[in-house]
Amino acid sequence: MSQSVALVGHRDYTGSKLGMWMFLATEVILFGGMFLLYAAYRSDYPGDFHAAAGELNTLVGTVNTLILLTSSLTMALSIAACHHGNRKLAMIMILVTVIFGGAFMVNKYFEWMTKIAHGIYPSSEFLLAHPKGEIIFFGLYFTMTGIHGLHVLIGMVLLVGMFFKVMNQPNAQVSFLSGHGLQRADGGRLAMLDPNGVPLWKSEPIDDTMERVVVKTKYWPVKSRFRVEDFSLLENVGLYWHIVDIIWIFLFPLFYLIT
Amino acid sequence: MNHDNETPHESAPYSLYLLTWLALVLLTATTVTVAGLNFGRLSILVALVIAGIKSSIVLTWFMHLRQESKLFHMILLVTIVVLVIAIGLTFTDILYR
Amino acid sequence: MANHAVVADTSEVSFYKAKSRWGEGLFSWIFSTDHKRIGLMYLALMSVFFLTGMSIGFLMRLELIAPGRTIVGPETYNVFFTLHGMIMIFMFVVPGLSASLGNFFLPIMIGAKDVAFPRLNLLSWWLFLAGSIIAFASLFTAAGPPDTGWTFYAPYSIHTGTNVPMACFAAFVLGFSSILTGLNFVTTIHRMRAPGMTFWKMPLFPWALYATGWVQVVATPVLGITLVLLILERFFGIGVFDPAKGGDPILYQHLFWIYSHPAVYIMILPAMGVISEIISVHARRPVFGYGFIAMSSVAIALFGSLVWAHHMFVSGNSELANFIFSLLTMVVAIPSAVKVFNWVATLYKGSIALETPMLYALSFIFLFMIGGFTGMMLGILSIDVHVHDTYFVVGHFHYVIFGGLGFAFFGALHHWFPKMTGRMYHQIPSKISWFLLFVGFNTLYMPMFILGWEGMPRRYYDYLPQFHHLQVVSTVGSWILISGVIIMVVNLLRSIRTGPVCTELDPWGGGRTLEWTIPSPPPLENFEEIPIIDRGPYELKPSEAK
Repeated sequence: MSQSVALVGHRDYTGSKLGMWMFLATEVILFGGMFLLYAAYRSDYPGDFHAAAGELNTLVGTVNTLILLTSSLTMALSIAACHHGNRKLAMIMILVTVIFGGAFMVNKYFEWMTKIAHGIYPSSEFLLAHPKGEIIFFGLYFTMTGIHGLHVLIGMVLLVGMFFKVMNQPNAQVSFLSGHGLQRADGGRLAMLDPNGVPLWKSEPIDDTMERVVVKTKYWPVKSRFRVEDFSLLENVGLYWHIVDIIWIFLFPLFYLIT
Repeated sequence: MNHDNETPHESAPYSLYLLTWLALVLLTATTVTVAGLNFGRLSILVALVIAGIKSSIVLTWFMHLRQESKLFHMILLVTIVVLVIAIGLTFTDILYR
Repeated sequence: MANHAVVADTSEVSFYKAKSRWGEGLFSWIFSTDHKRIGLMYLALMSVFFLTGMSIGFLMRLELIAPGRTIVGPETYNVFFTLHGMIMIFMFVVPGLSASLGNFFLPIMIGAKDVAFPRLNLLSWWLFLAGSIIAFASLFTAAGPPDTGWTFYAPYSIHTGTNVPMACFAAFVLGFSSILTGLNFVTTIHRMRAPGMTFWKMPLFPWALYATGWVQVVATPVLGITLVLLILERFFGIGVFDPAKGGDPILYQHLFWIYSHPAVYIMILPAMGVISEIISVHARRPVFGYGFIAMSSVAIALFGSLVWAHHMFVSGNSELANFIFSLLTMVVAIPSAVKVFNWVATLYKGSIALETPMLYALSFIFLFMIGGFTGMMLGILSIDVHVHDTYFVVGHFHYVIFGGLGFAFFGALHHWFPKMTGRMYHQIPSKISWFLLFVGFNTLYMPMFILGWEGMPRRYYDYLPQFHHLQVVSTVGSWILISGVIIMVVNLLRSIRTGPVCTELDPWGGGRTLEWTIPSPPPLENFEEIPIIDRGPYELKPSEAK
């Protein structure tokens, strides 16, 4: 008498994507609050905003935009690589995405340092001597690009995590706890069967000295038989990265292109 | 709640993503150029429209929204509507003081 | 990526006794991903916070029993009302029925074994605990707890020396907990309904939780960013809310209320869902107008997001904005009224049992209506100009929040007590406590309408002698109310151990939804087999007395 258990279990791929999209909605609305302030203050101080924006370097902004767009490309390519069965390419693309993210952050760092060196930062004496609209412009500039940059950093950390996961992944693990599955198998053995029912592996006989049995496997799907749900986590991180890109797509013209 | 039968998606060719990227780069070039042309008060509108198009491209192709069910489109719609209402109604105050 | 193959025969063992890798002590609770345990853990924390907030309220009323100083000075009084608001709102009513009983019953009522993201659910609880600890930590910092009111209005919140950043950070963490819960519930309802249970076969408590979940996901981030901006304003002086730098404090208010008004719907929608369930069971009738009530939950969530600036009528808004928001505020009353009519229609010709839950449900209708009517009054500009920031407002929101959510909460606790514990609560103390609660509540809050109408401002430490009499009445009301709460809490706690054993599937006899088809208390995975649904939402288990 045997009992079978799905090794990779029932994961709700669509459900986890749904959860991720809802989380992204919260991120967009989080930034939306700041865009609301931008809109309101720009309406109040159109001239000051125009003048202050002249301080920003359009070239750096454009380069940063291109960097992020390209990082979105490499992000999408990493997932496509998984679907094509190409683990190596996937890992390379993830790494390239991180590097692009890093390049963005380096640019941002130098941009900020330049401003700060010129005395332009929140509450600086230099800034406070300027018209109110310009003070607000830079208050919003540092806040919005700062919080955006924080999200880029978080994305980079997540991607590094994904790099290692793809390297070791996907794998599956099933464990049977004493009192539960183990009890049922008492006296029998755990076995892994191929599709024809031939045992690929068999455990020692189960007895009540065992508290817990863990079975781990490692596998990598071939292109024709990949399951999208195996890459669910990478896809979700990808979605996050793209949203961070989209936020920048709006930040860019509003801060750099209103001269 | 048996989701065992998820049909595997067709794996998209790499070239699709490259084309998408190209479109985004072109639009970026456009928006930078247009900004230099000074349409006055229309400038911000043009910039936002282009940004909107770029975002739709990222959503549709990079984020696979075109393959997703209506529910996902609804999430996007709800988000946009919320922002439009929040900003719009606030402006009934800001603009008319 | 672990899959635990729990294939044991646990269908008859209550979830309290389910085996966990953490043994049977505290760890088996605080590391549990079982939605029922998580719901109870929320309940435990929220009860503590409610009693804490109530105690502060008690002290406030004590101070106000006479003009001038009674027990504390004015700065302390400012801290009192700030903490009372913060604790009650962020640590009791916003998590509210969703996080506690919603967690416990949502999966069961839709025929699922758990929520969509059980580990995220546990994280929500941990964030709730963390946020609360941070909030209490602000009490002990050198700068002292905030004195700005729970609304943290700029510019005072920018300049006051008290520990606003820590309180804001606490609220931020608590908000994150709320977002994750909403996200979890919406996904659960979309993905995990039992086979055959379409949205239109789902009971009304899940419907309410669905609408609430959307509001949590979509509105809370606005509060999040507002609090972050306030903290940045204090530390870096970015200027966005500081008039000296060109900032507009009214924009702070807009951002704040864009969340905080929908927040009140986060509070009340689950309560309305529970009332539908209670009335159906204790009047032995399917809910009248099911479709209308379901849709009205969605309508309230929608319209409730359009009215926020009615909190700001006298702040300096444009006339146009005031006009628009006043009009929208009138509209939002309509779906609420739809619910009230349908509840009353459910009662009509029902076989009404005046069990304690039904007493709470009936008083909910009465109290919520008073709160609703006075809310309508406040929505009218010409009235609000006079009573804004007076006791009238304080009376209004206590009627809707406490008389509404609070009473629904207590009713739900009693209604589902036997299902959760396998025991019945002691009847007489439960009825006595309800009575004291009802009398005390009205004695405490009804005079506030008159006081406010006559000009008594809110958040004021001192007052003119003409207000003295009603202030005394109100304070005495608080004592009656609190005695009712204490008796109720003690009774429920005692009944867990000494209440008559009650393990029937359907102790009330009028159950029509899935929770009344499983043992009391439920087993770990709720259902031995996921049910197939082939009947309407309130026909799942036809009651005996039709």
